[in-house]
Amino acid sequence: MSHSKWHAWSRWGLVMTALVPVALVGCSSAQAGPAQLTWYINPDNGGQKELAEKCTANSNGGYTINIQTLPTDADAQREQLVRRLAANDPSIDLMSLDPPFVAEFANAGYLLPFTNPADVQQLTADVLAGPLKTASWQGNLVAAPFWANTQLLWFRKSVMQNAGMDPTVEGFTWDTAIDAAAAQGKTFAVQGRRYEGYMVLVNALIASAGGQIIKDTEKGNQATPSVAGPAGDRAAEIIRKLAHSPAVAPDLSTATEEEVRSTFQGPTGAFMVNWPYVYGAAKEAVEKGALDQSVVDDIGWARYPRAMAGRPSAPPLGGIDLAIGNFTQHADKALEAAKCITSVESNVQYMVKSGNPAARGAAYDAPEVRAAFPMADLIRTSINDAGPRPITPYYGDVSVSVQRNWHPQVDVQPVTTPTETDVYMGEVLRGERLL
Amino acid sequence: MTTAVPGPMEAAAVVRRSASDRVLHERRLGLWLSAPAFIVMIAVTAYPLAYAVVMSLYQYRLTDPAGRSFIGLQNYATVLTDPIWWSAVLTTFVITAISVAVELVLGFCFAWVMYRIIRGRSIVRTSILVPYGIITVVSAFVFRYSFQADSGFVNSWFNLGTFNWFGQRWSSLFVITFSEIWKTTPFISLLLLAGLVQVPYDLQEAAQVDGASAWQRLWRVTLPNMKAAIMVAVLFRTLDAWRIFDNPFIMTAGANGTETLSILAYRQNVTLVNLGAGSAVSVLLFLSVLLIAFIFVKGFRTDLSQVRGGQ
Repeated sequence: MSHSKWHAWSRWGLVMTALVPVALVGCSSAQAGPAQLTWYINPDNGGQKELAEKCTANSNGGYTINIQTLPTDADAQREQLVRRLAANDPSIDLMSLDPPFVAEFANAGYLLPFTNPADVQQLTADVLAGPLKTASWQGNLVAAPFWANTQLLWFRKSVMQNAGMDPTVEGFTWDTAIDAAAAQGKTFAVQGRRYEGYMVLVNALIASAGGQIIKDTEKGNQATPSVAGPAGDRAAEIIRKLAHSPAVAPDLSTATEEEVRSTFQGPTGAFMVNWPYVYGAAKEAVEKGALDQSVVDDIGWARYPRAMAGRPSAPPLGGIDLAIGNFTQHADKALEAAKCITSVESNVQYMVKSGNPAARGAAYDAPEVRAAFPMADLIRTSINDAGPRPITPYYGDVSVSVQRNWHPQVDVQPVTTPTETDVYMGEVLRGERLL
Repeated sequence: MTTAVPGPMEAAAVVRRSASDRVLHERRLGLWLSAPAFIVMIAVTAYPLAYAVVMSLYQYRLTDPAGRSFIGLQNYATVLTDPIWWSAVLTTFVITAISVAVELVLGFCFAWVMYRIIRGRSIVRTSILVPYGIITVVSAFVFRYSFQADSGFVNSWFNLGTFNWFGQRWSSLFVITFSEIWKTTPFISLLLLAGLVQVPYDLQEAAQVDGASAWQRLWRVTLPNMKAAIMVAVLFRTLDAWRIFDNPFIMTAGANGTETLSILAYRQNVTLVNLGAGSAVSVLLFLSVLLIAFIFVKGFRTDLSQVRGGQ
């Protein structure tokens, strides 16, 4: 009896022994020395790594910043961070966060708010108005604007010369640009794939026409979709006009930033709306022999076009905010690091190294920035006047609702499309529809 | 009639008894040996499955844990009354039906070639299997770039100008299905080759002696003898195709009515972290997979042991 019992137990022991190593994986011991901070970054050309090394050195042994690189795609970055933070991951000390996700993360309690007024003052001093709007949630600063981005209207000088037109004059509109491109037998390339970049376009058109996609966002899923109305109709008119114009790029409904850039640099290019990185990328292509210098010399830039002649445009806003994870074990050191990474000097260094525009206005006056960016002043003004995407914890629902209803572009209709978007978005927010 | 000597009947009973003891013992040993695997399976399969069923009864956002509430079967009602779900069902069905049908015919041709070829057999077999060795995401990118309007070679080969393949539903589905067929035909042909090898040569020879033509031998001898292998191949591929994700995800991300059921589940669960509705979609997807397997196994009497080559 006892013999067979022992056998049974020994068998269980065997089973358990097989499982124990699985349970042990993942345990590690605490380390001594400088605090080890982990900074989750979006991939770039090494600019953030340089800042991490600089700030580590400046801390005089206070902390060491280690880099963890997130996926390329902004949505995939968010997915990875959400999964880690939902599991209270203490390894996320600092993270580079796309501004539209700040509200969602803050609302879920994933971000450590900056509460000390002196810290808030230091992190936001001289930050341009656009990025500043994206860094707060319910009155608290929850992220430090690190760099900011905006889109410009890029044009080919030769085509404009033939058309006898100057897109840099005040009051240049979408309609004028589309008509001019069509008359010259050229294209106006914009981001039209069903992805976040298309949401950027739709939001910029609606904001430029004086509207907003959703109101009362602090009510969470009870917020009021507000696409329908004169501004939404105006945005739909512009997209419809472009989609049915001879100036449309053949790949409109599948084009991302890179396809748009390729169309613009090609023989049919006249206009595109795109981020400033395209200028550096074109110069780089010349160095590699992939593009002729004459194309770069032919590139001109102007402020984002107006949706309505009498109303200044609200250019798109992008960039990265720096946030501290709420489950960090080194809150003080992470704060110190955040101050170092987002300082004016770091802004200048990062803008020159990575080509990504600074969040703080003073950076644009640095001589090295002005040398690399002949359009520095235009970028600064655009970022300052930019219209951010809706700041709501349900940003994903809002964005995908818009993308679904406004795609493909040829089917977009004034009145119908905005109204349907509102109905659908409301149902999605209340959990009555799938996305 | 009575005798002290044990009769043959009793002797047989003793032998049988000791044999059944051994069988019993071996069966118990077998259970113990498979226990660790069984426990791991419970932990990694059954538990998440049960958890998904439970979650599908809640309204629950990962980013809004406080707003979690029990809503019964409401999520299922939402999913099943949503046109987006039914559009995804249709898309998935079209991709599955076309790709499996084409793959079956093509796969059989390839299997036949691999079976009959004498010279260069290993080269032919290897080259037929190459697409299957390529990672699906990679092949999806290859097809996306090949068919891209601005830089792909397909348009210039066929003089299609700037036709945007991914701009409409049906041309997108064509590329997705084409890529799926290119990628997984080798899998089907491998399973069919296994079936082809099992067809007894005597039968072929007898049919030939009786004057059957090659066509008659194919339809009357080869295919009926391969039925089990064909059904297994079709079942495996159908289940695979029904869960298609990579190709449409890379090529269109579900735009232009190319959203499949897996992408729908991914969007709710991973993108929107809407775990309630997402779990409901996942559970429905799982049930549809079970239904397909059930139809094949019970309806068409597919014998899964055939995949191991057993009779």
